[in-house]
Amino acid sequence: MTYIDRTGLWLIATAAILVAGAFVLPHWLTFILTLALAKALVVQGVVVQMRAGLVSFGQGLFFCVGGYAIGLGGNLLGIHDAFALLALGLVASVGLAAVIGLLMTRYRDIFFAMLSLALSMILFGVLVKSQTLGSTDGFNVHGVSYLGVTFDGANQKIAVYILTVVVSCACALFLYRSQHAGIGRVCEAIRENEIRVEYLGLSPRWILYAQYLVAAAVSALGGGLTALATGHIDPEMAFWTTSGEFVFIALLGGTMHVAAPFVAAVLFAFVRTYAIEFTPHTWQMILGLVLLGIIIFLPKGLWSLVSRNRRVKA
Amino acid sequence: MKRLKHIVRPMAVATIAAAAITAVASPSVAAENGKFRLGVVTFLSGGAAGPFGVPSINGAKLLINALNEGKVPGPYGQKGINGLEIETVVIDENGGATKQVEEFRNLAERHKVDAVVGYISSGDCLAISPVAEELKVPTVMFDCGTSRLFEENKTPRYVFRTGLDAAIDNIGAARYVVDTNRKTSAVASIQQNYAWGQDSWADFRAALTQLKPETKIATEQFPKLFQGQYGAEISAIAVSKPDVIHTSFWGGDMEAFVLQGAARGLFDKSAAILTCGESALDRLKGQAPNGLILGARGPFGAFAPKNELSEWFHKSYVAQVEMAPSYPAYKMAQAILGLKAAAEKAAAGKTGIVPEKEKVLDAFTNLTFESVSGTVAMSRANGHQALQGISYGEYRYDAKTKQASLANVKSYAGDCVTPPDGTTAAEWIKAGFPGAKCGN
Amino acid sequence: MNVGALPPARMRRLTDMTTFYAILMDGMIYASWLFLVAAGLTVIYGVMRILNMAHGSFYAIGAYSAASLVGWYFSSNGEANPYWSYAILVGCALLAGLVVGFVIEQGLLRFMYKRNELLMVIVTYALLLILEDATKLVFGVDPYFTYQPYSLLGRSMIGELAFANYDLALVGASVVVGGLCWFVLNRTHTGKVLRAVIHDREIAVAMGVNVRLMFAGTFIVGTTLGALAGALTAPSISVSPGIGVEVIVLAFAVVVVGGLGSIEGAVVGALLVGLTRSMAVHLAPEIELFVIYGVMSLVLAVRPQGLFGRTVARKI
Repeated sequence: MTYIDRTGLWLIATAAILVAGAFVLPHWLTFILTLALAKALVVQGVVVQMRAGLVSFGQGLFFCVGGYAIGLGGNLLGIHDAFALLALGLVASVGLAAVIGLLMTRYRDIFFAMLSLALSMILFGVLVKSQTLGSTDGFNVHGVSYLGVTFDGANQKIAVYILTVVVSCACALFLYRSQHAGIGRVCEAIRENEIRVEYLGLSPRWILYAQYLVAAAVSALGGGLTALATGHIDPEMAFWTTSGEFVFIALLGGTMHVAAPFVAAVLFAFVRTYAIEFTPHTWQMILGLVLLGIIIFLPKGLWSLVSRNRRVKA
Repeated sequence: MKRLKHIVRPMAVATIAAAAITAVASPSVAAENGKFRLGVVTFLSGGAAGPFGVPSINGAKLLINALNEGKVPGPYGQKGINGLEIETVVIDENGGATKQVEEFRNLAERHKVDAVVGYISSGDCLAISPVAEELKVPTVMFDCGTSRLFEENKTPRYVFRTGLDAAIDNIGAARYVVDTNRKTSAVASIQQNYAWGQDSWADFRAALTQLKPETKIATEQFPKLFQGQYGAEISAIAVSKPDVIHTSFWGGDMEAFVLQGAARGLFDKSAAILTCGESALDRLKGQAPNGLILGARGPFGAFAPKNELSEWFHKSYVAQVEMAPSYPAYKMAQAILGLKAAAEKAAAGKTGIVPEKEKVLDAFTNLTFESVSGTVAMSRANGHQALQGISYGEYRYDAKTKQASLANVKSYAGDCVTPPDGTTAAEWIKAGFPGAKCGN
Repeated sequence: MNVGALPPARMRRLTDMTTFYAILMDGMIYASWLFLVAAGLTVIYGVMRILNMAHGSFYAIGAYSAASLVGWYFSSNGEANPYWSYAILVGCALLAGLVVGFVIEQGLLRFMYKRNELLMVIVTYALLLILEDATKLVFGVDPYFTYQPYSLLGRSMIGELAFANYDLALVGASVVVGGLCWFVLNRTHTGKVLRAVIHDREIAVAMGVNVRLMFAGTFIVGTTLGALAGALTAPSISVSPGIGVEVIVLAFAVVVVGGLGSIEGAVVGALLVGLTRSMAVHLAPEIELFVIYGVMSLVLAVRPQGLFGRTVARKI
């Protein structure tokens, strides 16, 4: 395999088209895309773990850490550079994951799901209790600069959009490489049969630990980009329904391909925004029906529509 | 099944592609269709829908229909807004601030609305305010109560609020407690554990302690939002033997707390003040004991003054919804009327056009307009925040007629309970309400 | 928040008898409510291995149907015997649970039993979304306030504190429900067969057990228990949109603490969460928000399978 293969080229080409789109597409559309791509990064975190058979119902934890790092870094530490802030969120999130990952990797199945949910809800509780951070109202993110340049209004949104596309592309390339490297293959083996992997002389726990850290890192980036785009953060980012939505999108896309979460997140954003517009009273029902439809007709996720390998074994 | 997949797969691909193409390609329908396009954002689902969202959307629909037919009395006889029919885009406020920012951008850039009226949640207001300024959309916040709205947006241009700051509710509540000579040597608090509850209690506690320094706090309970079961909290409050219980509970939580507390005699020995209590006035049906002190977050609902406009609103609402309008309905109507008044003032007699945006903003700033709650002056926060009084009264239920009413109503003028510009509510309370004009 | 030594007022509260039995009583009442809410969830998981995210919606459906029917009963015949409303409450729950459970099991779930556990979580998540709006379409978003059965029973003084008799009756109801579940599982033929299915589904099938029938029955019972919890709660609250979502995480916590699929576990989990929470409310209200997740994290950290959960043998 060459360093960048066909899929890699496709990813880069798509990113280039999306960047070019910044100057053509209407602002509302680029904004939806920004949020969807940022969300997709968190979904990537969920998918990375899902490939190893773990479903996190608390990925909002790292999403929220990434977001709050942007706000707090600006308000408390006086950091205003977007890249420094994103790096701050990344470090904070991976640091946190390094500690709780030691506990989390002992759990599987539903227990992993529930414990991750509980931890994320504890962060939610702490933030709700913190009146200086605005409790549930959260606070706004002001005056972010990009390598020393500050943009105003619409240009700032374009800057965030381009940044999001670039970061997403970089993450996608990294995840794609690791998925097809040894560690990615072992993860699938762990999902299928953990004990056999142990017999092969590998330590599933430390591999899962590594995946947990990677998931935390990309989720924090997603949170940071969301905070930059909306300019507002609140504890809802750590609430369990937010995490539930990430799992929802992960299943919508499927775990077959690294691009699937991006496609699913964009599709989800459009389904939701149009559902809210046309049936403001029953948009949840429409989401539910779409999800059921996907599970019934496309059990491998949306990507199975694109995949040429039609006879994938279940 | 296999054959089905052969059909489903291409169909799904086609549908998604088609949806994507229409989504991207569909031109944003230009707003210049001879109508005034108004975005209306309020809770249509979730726990805030029943008590706030539904009355407010009912109020909005009723008023907008009547305006479009030119049937509103008072100074609002002109059809729609400035002679243009009002066309609405309704958005559900449920789902968090991030989603609301996204939807607001859609309203502004895809639907190209002429103005937005909405927002109950304080978090949403705080998140929307800078976006409204950035996208230059006249936005009228009708209900959210956070003091931080204009503390953070110090020089508002596009953001207006026709509802009152929550600090006013609690300063008014403290004054009512003091003016009705209640003992305050043991004050208990129960609030929903989120920004609204925490801020409300902080303001009430500060104001009461300022007015009556001998006040002592007996217990502070912060159950989770939408908890519904308050057994342990009621016991803890009862054990602390309070003279006064303060709560900023709203909606289902408030009704559950009143029901469970009354069933256990909690209100027999203690006075209780509910800052949002009026929204359930007609629903409690005698389950609340007489003497419970209720507020309506301003001169709305049952506290609204009697005039042509408010009587018309009350009558039409009852005719249509078969229930008396509670305060969220009034507040929504107030926001729309404020916008209409501003737009028509800006048009200066040239009817049938959407008036220039900048002129509407200028007209709205410091505007005085007639509303369903009496005369409203936009005289705080550089002319972007309404100044109105607040009222409290005691619940009375007549078992024979099955009608609830309010007794011992006390009203405080806006100048008595509102901090002057440039001072935060907390600072103003701490300094002992300098400059308050209470008229007694 | 106070760190370090307890302030005198709180020290006094610790030794106060009234506070002590208030903690016990409140804890018991809350625990019995928690058990009612969690019982259906654990029954369904125990037999079918489905972590039912839609459980809260069944609770909501039970609450809504009971509240609306009881409300209608009181408004349409003012002179009628109010005590019949209790029969309506329970009847409503049974009917709603049966119908909804049957429709969902037969119409959807039975086609999905071969899918893995996690996918079933998502299926029920989709159900949750659909049912949430369906409830709204049927019952509207106006809250239902059906207080009559709650206030009808009056209150009793226990020491200095008054308790609502309805809440005390709720303790009885949960004992009955728990007892029935235990009896059916341990003392009847059906129970024995069910336990065989729980223990090893494949062997049970091989022995000629009609697992499909068992599954259908279990799901309907689980739904009905959820609806019953909602119906019994309805008179003490204001039934409004979103009440279902609020109880899911609570029920999950109780069930995970006790051990998924175990009735005894649900009892112990409910008591543990109920009493801890009540202690927090009386002694340290500022930590109330964390109690449930704190208990859950602690128990899982020490016993990953929950207090009564079985460790599953690892299969190669």
